Amino acid sequence: MFCVMPDQNVAVRLRGLRKSFGPVEAVAGVDLDIADGEFFAMLGPSGSGKTTVLRMIAGFETPTAGTVELGGRDVTRLAPFERDVNTVFQDYALFPHMSVRENVEYGLRVKKVPRAERRERAAEALRSVRLAGFEQRRPAQLSGGQRQRVALARALVNRPRVLLLDEPLGALDLKLREEMQVELKELQRRVGITFLFVTHDQEEALTMSDRVAVFDQGRIEQVGTPAEVYERPSTVFVAGFVGTSNLISGEAAEAVLGRPGTFSVRPEKLRLVLDLDAPVGDGDHSATGRIAEVVYAGAATRFVVDLDAGPRIVVLQQNLQVSSMDVTGLRETRVRLVWDRRHEFSVAS
Amino acid sequence: MNLSRPARLALRLALVLGLGVIYVPLGVVLLNSFNSDRTFAWPPAGFTTRWWGAAWNSAGVRDALWTSVQAGLGATAIALVLGTMAAFAVQRYRFFGRDTVSLLIVLPIALPGIVTGIALNNAFRTILEPFGVGLGLFTVIVGHATFCVVTVHNNVLARLRRMGAGAEEASADLGADTFTTFRLVTFPMMRSALLAGGLLAFALSFDEIIVTTFTAGAGVRTLPIWIFENLFRPNQAPVVNVVAAALIVLSVVPIYLAQRLSGTASTH
Repeated sequence: MFCVMPDQNVAVRLRGLRKSFGPVEAVAGVDLDIADGEFFAMLGPSGSGKTTVLRMIAGFETPTAGTVELGGRDVTRLAPFERDVNTVFQDYALFPHMSVRENVEYGLRVKKVPRAERRERAAEALRSVRLAGFEQRRPAQLSGGQRQRVALARALVNRPRVLLLDEPLGALDLKLREEMQVELKELQRRVGITFLFVTHDQEEALTMSDRVAVFDQGRIEQVGTPAEVYERPSTVFVAGFVGTSNLISGEAAEAVLGRPGTFSVRPEKLRLVLDLDAPVGDGDHSATGRIAEVVYAGAATRFVVDLDAGPRIVVLQQNLQVSSMDVTGLRETRVRLVWDRRHEFSVAS
Repeated sequence: MNLSRPARLALRLALVLGLGVIYVPLGVVLLNSFNSDRTFAWPPAGFTTRWWGAAWNSAGVRDALWTSVQAGLGATAIALVLGTMAAFAVQRYRFFGRDTVSLLIVLPIALPGIVTGIALNNAFRTILEPFGVGLGLFTVIVGHATFCVVTVHNNVLARLRRMGAGAEEASADLGADTFTTFRLVTFPMMRSALLAGGLLAFALSFDEIIVTTFTAGAGVRTLPIWIFENLFRPNQAPVVNVVAAALIVLSVVPIYLAQRLSGTASTH
């Protein structure tokens, strides 16, 4: 479930990491290597253990078992203030009694950096998050997006080896979130620091990160690039959590694909053919069914198709030539679904 | 909520009556402290500051005031330290008997003063006297501290609940050790709660009489005790009146400040 990297390139290395809270095992054995300069996402539903892993890397929780290494050094038992990582908290956790500048300077101040250098680096950090001119404000006088950027500046000004981000965009509205996604990505490229961020939003994880680890029930289900995780999910959970899974298994798999197992095809890889007798190409598989539901969504339409062989399959079609008038009339129509064999993949259940 | 006109009038009248019962007598005390007639005939015969001068120059009053201030400051200091520590323990840690401890800390403010007084009197005499420590200012301070702890504890507890641990974690994350975090983050964030709790504690101690009676040996006289002792001496009546008026003013100020502090802190 993990690939071994040479030591000097590893920013974070987790081995056999476990954490129990009383009878509940929040993290049940995690092994992970994160390379220097990587933008890495830990993706999973709430309660999957991703935030607990982040908190163990930051030092807020002590693992029940296993080790945390930062840059090749075992930091498992070290306090948060002895680790070369900084965190952007979900609720930002800005100091309400300090100005924006004092917030950003805080890390340098406790490390006894001279005042002049402190000022300069804080100003630079605030510029990099486009908040120059806000130095004297209090956190209470800022909008949610601005607070978020102060939290970023406060962490980045210390030039940590790894920046931890706990659902950093969760509290922002959709528009701001999309802007910040792009901004964060650019910022990371510019500063070259390893970003390790936790999210439950699969789209956020896919669009922003170099690699993604998908968490479920305290374990990592799969680690890979966004394309690998999306195109080749290794388990049913990953297939379902990262997109629509469209599972075909058991007797249906034998009937449609001619082999046993559990298979999945992504909705946009399927073609909807109205002519049931149309010839099927050599490299293609196909199955017949009935359209149960049509959801028109502007740029595309989502068809829910009940296959004759049993499973319910979602098909996504671009609305290249059709309008809502045409597609909504297709309910109850019998259709044939056709897909390239290379786009079906087997998943572990 | 929409109320009928008669209902609103009735409620307004009840409010005026209720507040009147409390504040009119206090107002009369204040007025009479400037009344030139020694028997407080009504309406006041004329304006004089003679009684205030007499009270200021009275050695008994001065001694009593100084004793009260010492007792108040001492009890407040103990309350600040113990109340804060207790609030931290109850809010930040899980331990066996936590809820019981919490109840036991709050209980003294509800216990009848006479019970606390007698119990403390017995305990001090049994335990301290063999060591040569008699009843005096020290025992008054300890007695007052038993219920002053509550106000600090409750104020700090409420603040800690609202603060959460987020800011302290952020501080540790940014490289500050535990002590630095307390100095730069935790303490500044609860400073107004400490001040509010301390002011309330001081006000509680300043006008306490029952526990004081049982814990202050013969020579120690706080201001409330001095008033009580001189209440029935006709020639002291004007001075007692002045002291009472001064006490009203002195208790209003800390309560008012404490309310303002708890109020403004919530805008954080």
